[in-house]
Amino acid sequence: MNESLALIARLKRIATTGMPTQGDGRADDAWLTQGMAKAQLHEIFATVDDSASGAGFAIASVLAAKAAPVMWLRTEASERQGGRLHATGLVEMGLDVTSLVLGLVEDEASLLRAAADAARCHGLGTLLIESWGRAPKIDLTATRRLMLAAEASGVTILSLRIGAEPVPSAAASRWQVAACRSRPLEADAPGKPAFDIELLRRRGGQAGLRWRVEWDRDAYIFDQTAFEAAVFDTETGGDSAALPGAGVSVATDRAAADDAAAFVRRTG
Amino acid sequence: MRPHLFVGRAETPIAFVETVSGGVRLKALDREAVRAGLQPGLTLADARARVPELEVYEHDAHADHEWLERLADGCQRYTPSVALDEPDGLILDIAGCVHEFEGERRLAADLEERLARRGLLVRHAFGDTPDTARALARYAGAPAPDEKRAVKRLPVAALGLDEDATTALSRAGLKTVGDVMARPLATIAARFGEEAAMMIRRLEGSVKGPIVARRTVAKIGVERRFAEPIARTEYALEMLAELATEAAAQLADRHEGGRRWEARLFRADGLVQRLRIETGQPTRDVALLMRLFRERIDSLADPLDPGFGYDLVRLDVALAEKLDAAQLKLEGGEAQKGEVAQLVDQLGTRLGRARVRRFSARDSHIPEQAELMLPAAEAPAPTPWTVPETGEPPLRPIYLFDPPQPIESMMAEVPDGPPHRFRWRRTVHDVAHSEGPERIAGEWWRRQDIPTRDYYRIEDRRGRRFWIFRHGLYSEMEAPRWYLHGVFA
Repeated sequence: MNESLALIARLKRIATTGMPTQGDGRADDAWLTQGMAKAQLHEIFATVDDSASGAGFAIASVLAAKAAPVMWLRTEASERQGGRLHATGLVEMGLDVTSLVLGLVEDEASLLRAAADAARCHGLGTLLIESWGRAPKIDLTATRRLMLAAEASGVTILSLRIGAEPVPSAAASRWQVAACRSRPLEADAPGKPAFDIELLRRRGGQAGLRWRVEWDRDAYIFDQTAFEAAVFDTETGGDSAALPGAGVSVATDRAAADDAAAFVRRTG
Repeated sequence: MRPHLFVGRAETPIAFVETVSGGVRLKALDREAVRAGLQPGLTLADARARVPELEVYEHDAHADHEWLERLADGCQRYTPSVALDEPDGLILDIAGCVHEFEGERRLAADLEERLARRGLLVRHAFGDTPDTARALARYAGAPAPDEKRAVKRLPVAALGLDEDATTALSRAGLKTVGDVMARPLATIAARFGEEAAMMIRRLEGSVKGPIVARRTVAKIGVERRFAEPIARTEYALEMLAELATEAAAQLADRHEGGRRWEARLFRADGLVQRLRIETGQPTRDVALLMRLFRERIDSLADPLDPGFGYDLVRLDVALAEKLDAAQLKLEGGEAQKGEVAQLVDQLGTRLGRARVRRFSARDSHIPEQAELMLPAAEAPAPTPWTVPETGEPPLRPIYLFDPPQPIESMMAEVPDGPPHRFRWRRTVHDVAHSEGPERIAGEWWRRQDIPTRDYYRIEDRRGRRFWIFRHGLYSEMEAPRWYLHGVFA
């Protein structure tokens, strides 16, 4: 009896979670701005070169969803390869670092164990699991466990996977994040953080959506309108010939990049 | 001392050797070897010539020390105040601790029996001060009716002076401690050194030598002794939960909660297994404590092994702090905070306290020193962080390399500008946009020779944003190097 009730509740939740509809710009925007559905597991993929973009996008989506406090779990190997977390930089992304707890674990196995504990903690808003490389232990079984824990406790789990290839998982959504040229400020200074985001997969929903957004720290939103007009006028030479229409130009931009392979769409 | 080498194999003489200048010499011997006429200090070659069947092992002072520490741990079943007397002695302060054993002799017999089971031969003595007990145990002289006279009959070597002073004393005709005591202390001090006089005073009991106990006595300690050793870890943990409940009740009476807890499981054969846990907030929550203890057990390199069973379980509250009955806020804010604190404790117990951290701002303008990562369990007071200006992009990276990674600047730059192209991690980056320099001088009030750093925020043609700096001004040095210090989102 209890089981079937739980099942009905789950089905209801899945049915009511907002689903993006392509073609309706406002719906896309709203969905992205709200970040990812709460109490679910989401995967964010980024290449090693785009590690900071992946982490930045993860933090920004936590902020957009107002899902603090955050527990950030990373392995010693990530700290060696990717650098230390710099709190001042996180503050400048808009995060209140007093609500951040950093857990540094030895290896992947302890990463998953710590994640399993943290995922059960009702007091957390978001659990961020950062892993570098292939991380074979984060497989279908492990992600399914995390997903169940997230649904039970209400903690949103972001699995930040840097330098990994997507493998089958139970995550509710899967994103690919890459750095994107910013809108330069006066005197040719680099502008606000900009991301090139692709929704690779979404459980029970459409995939293959693509955005180019700027993170607005002051308003806590992903600003999608910023790129529609401005960026392509200023971009000249060197990189790639921009095609008209924002949605398409992103793709050509990527093709010019060295890691185009990572953008082959997979279904997991 | 390696008991497994000795137990049940008394026939071959055994020696421990160490390499000192000029050769391998005997360091320690077993009884058989002594009986065969060997002495410490003999070269190994000589010893082998005299006793061909001699078994030889490398002397390992560190292992000896560890073994002694373990024995000392085991002796804490008798008294909390145990001191090491290196290299092979233990001093127990048993004042007020003998009631369990109906007298000190019974206590000593119990101790000897336990150690004998591990193949150890011990000699013990009682004394009013640690020094007398030590001297009597090490240099037992002729039997004497009381302690004072026993001390007087000790040889002068019992004073524990260096070899020269000891020889000098016996040359002067002073054979026993009593002989030395009979002389005026001033002359002894003048002739054989202040140390000799001090030792005499200590043995007389007029000056008390300190006993350097290995641990301080905990504020609250509860224990259970078992007539029959318990062999199941699960049952021992149940006992621990009962003890925790008792300790929690004591703490509640004092309006306190424990922050640091130590459980010790004394095995019947003398080994002690200790489990330490620590919480960020004072607590009296038995369920939480037991969860942390189980967590600790899971994280042990060697699993708990009851062996022949535990005959004593003890729980100490090493650190307690004020804790009044909790009052939950209506909005659940406190409860939520509490859950995160519990998670921090739980992870800290398993991973190690220092691995679960929070950030804290520091007053320094050097980027890598401007913040600290502190153990989250220590709950640093929230420090104010500089609020970024509205409309500005982030001026500091989210990942910071420590140490900064050298990059190869590949194109001639304008004297005070960033490179146009650089190589980092075998990839070439073309700089599209840049801002800088942000000049950060070294802390010249500490050291003079630290080069100034000129920082640039740059973005390459693929949109990756970096924080690079030139280490040194062109006026300061010939060819300053470039480093990449961090990456922006």
